Amino acid sequence: MRRYCLLLLLLLALAAPAPATADATPAIAAAASLRTALDEAAIAFRRSTGRSVRLTYGASGSLVQQIRNGAPYQLFLSADEAHVVALAADGRTLGGPADRGRNFAVGRLVLFAPPRSPLQVDSELQGLRRGLADGSVRRLAIANPDVAPYGARAREALQHADLWDAAKPRLVYGENISQTLQFATSGGADGGLVSLSLVRTPGVAGRYALIPADRHAPLTQRMVLLPGAGTTARRFHDWLLGPAGQRILSRHGYTRP
Amino acid sequence: MDWEALELSLRLAAITVLVLMPLAVFLGRWLATTPSRARPLVEALIVLPLVLPPTVVGFYLLAAMGPDSLAGRGWTALFDQGLVFSFQGLVVASVIVNLPFAVQPAQRAFEGVGPDLRAAAASCGMSPWAALRRVELPLALPGVLTGAILTFAHTLGEFGVVLMVGGAIPGETRTLALSIYDRVQALDHDAAGRMAALLLVVSLAAVALTYALTGRRIGTRVGP
Repeated sequence: MRRYCLLLLLLLALAAPAPATADATPAIAAAASLRTALDEAAIAFRRSTGRSVRLTYGASGSLVQQIRNGAPYQLFLSADEAHVVALAADGRTLGGPADRGRNFAVGRLVLFAPPRSPLQVDSELQGLRRGLADGSVRRLAIANPDVAPYGARAREALQHADLWDAAKPRLVYGENISQTLQFATSGGADGGLVSLSLVRTPGVAGRYALIPADRHAPLTQRMVLLPGAGTTARRFHDWLLGPAGQRILSRHGYTRP
Repeated sequence: MDWEALELSLRLAAITVLVLMPLAVFLGRWLATTPSRARPLVEALIVLPLVLPPTVVGFYLLAAMGPDSLAGRGWTALFDQGLVFSFQGLVVASVIVNLPFAVQPAQRAFEGVGPDLRAAAASCGMSPWAALRRVELPLALPGVLTGAILTFAHTLGEFGVVLMVGGAIPGETRTLALSIYDRVQALDHDAAGRMAALLLVVSLAAVALTYALTGRRIGTRVGP
């Protein structure tokens, strides 16, 4: 019987509540495209203020669903302002329907190709057009247009170049923009339409070309404080709008709103 | 290495086992002995999480525990916080998802005890409660423990339901399995590889340790 008591004790020890460090650091939901920029921003923010934040990344649309279902995030950074506006309309932002948050950056779309891909990357998508026509581009990765803003903008850019119908049977959809890039870097796809911020991640090898901003609706990044936001979340929000935060964002390929 | 996620996973697995095992003993024994016509239906309900895709289980749990649901509203009134996307919500989801892993081995073990022994215990004047504690449970212990091991290991590895109901909040609901997924998405394959290897080792160690602790003498002695 002693063995079972030992086992039970072990389980009880494991089940013991963790020290309450979690409460002091607010949970923040952010679009997957913001990952590298915000990871760096969070470190710099901690250095200058001594406060930490906990970041969860996902497709903006999926994060909105979580927020509507009561996820305890204190700040939401969306890759598409429409999601923030919709949250505000439902009164799910800190200041109620009038509080539609702040634009803090504008993202850019790029055509990316991994090192050994046959895809030639250029801003006018001519290489993609050839690759789709001669069949050398078998798979092109974009983010799911229904939940990921970069996916919706990628669809618009392909439609603008009149390539949507040719590309559609070859598309693979990432659940968010990180997964889309991962499809492309792993060689699962011959290339992809992803965010400039992510192809600048250290360790990402490949070629990319910037898609002109007028080929799709702007990728205006908007953030909003959510009901229950505490001091740290508010200060992180303000810090991102300040010079230190904006410097980091511009280094990761974002332009000012 | 995400130690926070490892600690969270171990805590979730331990609490799930602690909550689920008493339930598994009583449900398993009831299913093994009941003449009730409802038995096949109850058995089917318990096995359901095993055959349904995690997305389906996650979808229904999200609906049943969400802020507008009865359970969600009651929980919020009691504890002033939401049930979904919290650690407590993960525990509830984990207990439900692990029902088949805990109950089925226990049920098989109680079936193995047989009606003769139960009748003998009763004719010795034992109350059903005493018979369970002193005769049936010691005999059924290997099955019950197998259920506990499976539950612990399965909770460490659970992914889909945890992602849907938990939302991967660091320190709150981001378990080790979710942290590995997160690292892969961040293209940080080194960290993902380290954590995957760690999960492999911890899972193996947990199962091996339990087998070692329970030993071979299980079931050879009955009673005091």
